[in-house]
Amino acid sequence: MSKINFLKPDKTNLYTFLYLGLFLFFISVLDVLLNSFFSLNITGFLPGFLSFLLPLILGFIGLYFIRIELSGIKQLDLLNKHINTNNFNAILSLLIIFIILKSIPPILSWFFIDASFAGDSKDVCTGTGACWTYIKVWMRRFMYGMYPNGEQWRINLSFIALALLGSVGFFATDKFKKYLTLYYVVIYPFIAFLFIFFFISGGPVFFDFSYGIIAAILSIIIGFFIPNKFKFYYFLIVPFALYILLKYFIFFEEYIELGKLDGLNWVETGAWGGLSLTFIISFFCLIFCFPIGMAFALGRRSGFPLIRYISIGFIEFWRGVPLITVLFMSAVMFPMFLPADFFIDKLVRCIIAISLFEAAYVAEVIRGGLQALPRGQYEAAKSLGMGYWRMHIFVILPQALKLVIPGIANTFLALVKDTPLIFVVGLLEIVGMLNLAKTNPEWLGFAMEGYVFAAIIFWIICYAMSKYSYNLEQKYKTDR
Amino acid sequence: MTVIAVVLVFGFFTYNAQVNMESRGIDFGYGFLSQESSFDVQFSLIEYDGSHSYFRAYLVGLLNTILVSVIGIFFATILGVIVGIARLSPNYLINKFAAFYVEFFRNIPLLLQIFFWYFAALRALPLPQDAEAMFGIAFLTIKGLYVPAFIWQNFNIFFYSIIAAIIAIIVIRIQAKKLQETQGKQTPVLLISIGLILILPVLSFLFGGVKLSFEVPVLKQLATTSFIYEGGVSLPPELIALALSLSLYTATFIAECVRAGIQGVGKGQKEAAASIGLTPNQVLKLVVMPQALRIIIPPTTNQYLNLTKNSSLAAAIAYPDLVLVFAGTALMQTGKAIEIVSITMFTYLTLSISISILMNWYNKKIAITEK
Repeated sequence: MSKINFLKPDKTNLYTFLYLGLFLFFISVLDVLLNSFFSLNITGFLPGFLSFLLPLILGFIGLYFIRIELSGIKQLDLLNKHINTNNFNAILSLLIIFIILKSIPPILSWFFIDASFAGDSKDVCTGTGACWTYIKVWMRRFMYGMYPNGEQWRINLSFIALALLGSVGFFATDKFKKYLTLYYVVIYPFIAFLFIFFFISGGPVFFDFSYGIIAAILSIIIGFFIPNKFKFYYFLIVPFALYILLKYFIFFEEYIELGKLDGLNWVETGAWGGLSLTFIISFFCLIFCFPIGMAFALGRRSGFPLIRYISIGFIEFWRGVPLITVLFMSAVMFPMFLPADFFIDKLVRCIIAISLFEAAYVAEVIRGGLQALPRGQYEAAKSLGMGYWRMHIFVILPQALKLVIPGIANTFLALVKDTPLIFVVGLLEIVGMLNLAKTNPEWLGFAMEGYVFAAIIFWIICYAMSKYSYNLEQKYKTDR
Repeated sequence: MTVIAVVLVFGFFTYNAQVNMESRGIDFGYGFLSQESSFDVQFSLIEYDGSHSYFRAYLVGLLNTILVSVIGIFFATILGVIVGIARLSPNYLINKFAAFYVEFFRNIPLLLQIFFWYFAALRALPLPQDAEAMFGIAFLTIKGLYVPAFIWQNFNIFFYSIIAAIIAIIVIRIQAKKLQETQGKQTPVLLISIGLILILPVLSFLFGGVKLSFEVPVLKQLATTSFIYEGGVSLPPELIALALSLSLYTATFIAECVRAGIQGVGKGQKEAAASIGLTPNQVLKLVVMPQALRIIIPPTTNQYLNLTKNSSLAAAIAYPDLVLVFAGTALMQTGKAIEIVSITMFTYLTLSISISILMNWYNKKIAITEK
């Protein structure tokens, strides 16, 4: 046995160093472990400062001893490679291990061990842990806002129906696969719209929108018989004309009264709230902001200077201002620009504002994709005799959109995370409801539980979205 | 066709606005800016009370917005760079820890984070009378952070000495670069720079008559149960919560920018640099960083802009920023919705457009050096 040089561990005395090092390392971890889980201080006999630093010093020496290159032991080499490459890394690794060990017990006890789950009043919350009873009692408010308790089945039913309809894509046979895009882009949003504005809202909103919907359906039906040459102008004018005609000249009210859904009370949008409102707003804004953004992205690359400048102005304007001022504008400034008797519901105003705002970001993302495509793609499409729309729909956009999936997913994530801002116009989704609940005199002092609860929900939604977008990206990745 | 449509829409809106304002008895105009505002603001960097004009209130809000943005940008950059580099660490634990941080903080809405810090976390702080001093001079209490104030004598001399040091450093850098290019000699620029920036201000203390004293906050009893600290600088809890959440949130995005930038430098570049005999430090300093910065800076500036715009969420916790003071209180008092909202939006617009113009200029400048 050769002489052991403690300053430079090497392979000759591999096992001596290994056992010594591992022993020191385990002692240090054990010290922290006992300290944090059982509040035992086995180094208590030392002066305070030394006792505090001892695990770090011991662990550091231990890690130094086992840092032997090419030891021939697979596990040891892996350990060295991953957490113990040099002194600096060893200290950081130790610190992180200690922080994790130290933070597990308080978190566990706050979340589960000392927390109260049972009961339905504040009295059960006497422990030092979280008071999940508070969440339990307020659950309905956090989910549905001020929506009347007896009517909440309408929201549930709509969401279940929409989820089922939304999952059609997974079950579609090959024969129907080619209609899926059409289904998701046009039909599904339309059904969702019907559900939310007729079923969840019920009552008079029905009338306001029914004019528009009847006008749209009528004009589309008539549109089939209009020669292609005039179609553009036709759709520019006729739907609006029909709407005004229906609303102001043909008094349709009596007829619509017949079709009124009996038994559904009207719930005004001010009473909507909670997580369901988060979903409703996110859903519609997602649907609206995408086509608007795409239109402005194409507009920004258009050959007509006027369209280009309008698009640039639009995009830069929305990107330059914070969403909160946009919502302020929709709340206090926008009504000033409308005729006095013309009233747009504040939820609708909100959705329009957020959609336009996010559309600008979507437009920039899509523009990035359009610019990234090689010129050859445009030229090849043109040389095949494709027109502007044909070229974009069949050649350019499918490729460009594929490229920008991550960017679009980020924008959508930002949108979902921006929905709590609607508190500005007085709509209370889940975060707003939390703020309301925490000021309730009977339930003071449980702000932490509420925010943690909402944070967990948002985290799950956003994390799932980002994972899904990553999967999509992998799925549509094409090698070039 | 489009022109007509645009003109028609704008005409329609303007007409309605006129009719509405007439019917409500509001007249359009920016004259109110010079009127007396008659409301108070809790926290302002410049002298302000109710007798000052609305324009002054606007300035107070703007300065508060800039203050929180600058603090947020400062900490977000430091944290973001550290986390971004940690994300690339070969150390498994550090890597995962950084990844956890990024995934955790960026998937929770910023507004929720602000509420969390302000209503839940900072509310757990001690009352002023129970607060323990940090380093004996600063007090973190439920009413805010109290730190000592600097009281300078001959501050201008100190200031000039710093400026002189910076100019000297720039001159030395240029000289060192020339030396490197003509004779191939390397000068320890970093050491000289650090020395200069330390020595010159110290000299100003010794010979320039600069004096610095601290005014430590002192606990004062207002009533039997009401205490407050006097003296020093007090940072309101709103500012702390806002700056904290803004920097924690934005740092995750900056970290991703930094990571992408460093990863964006091709492996071949590092290997080529190593093969001509550069040391690892030189590889990082001379080859990787210049190229990585080119990728990092544009998206990072975007994040700075986002942070500035997000600072408008201050309105939710009553930190008196531009949106709260001007688009909130001032709007309530005057009822001039169109003017005030447009001024507010225009301010943010100017801010972001000027920064993006600067960014484009910078992009063009560094793009020239590309082959």
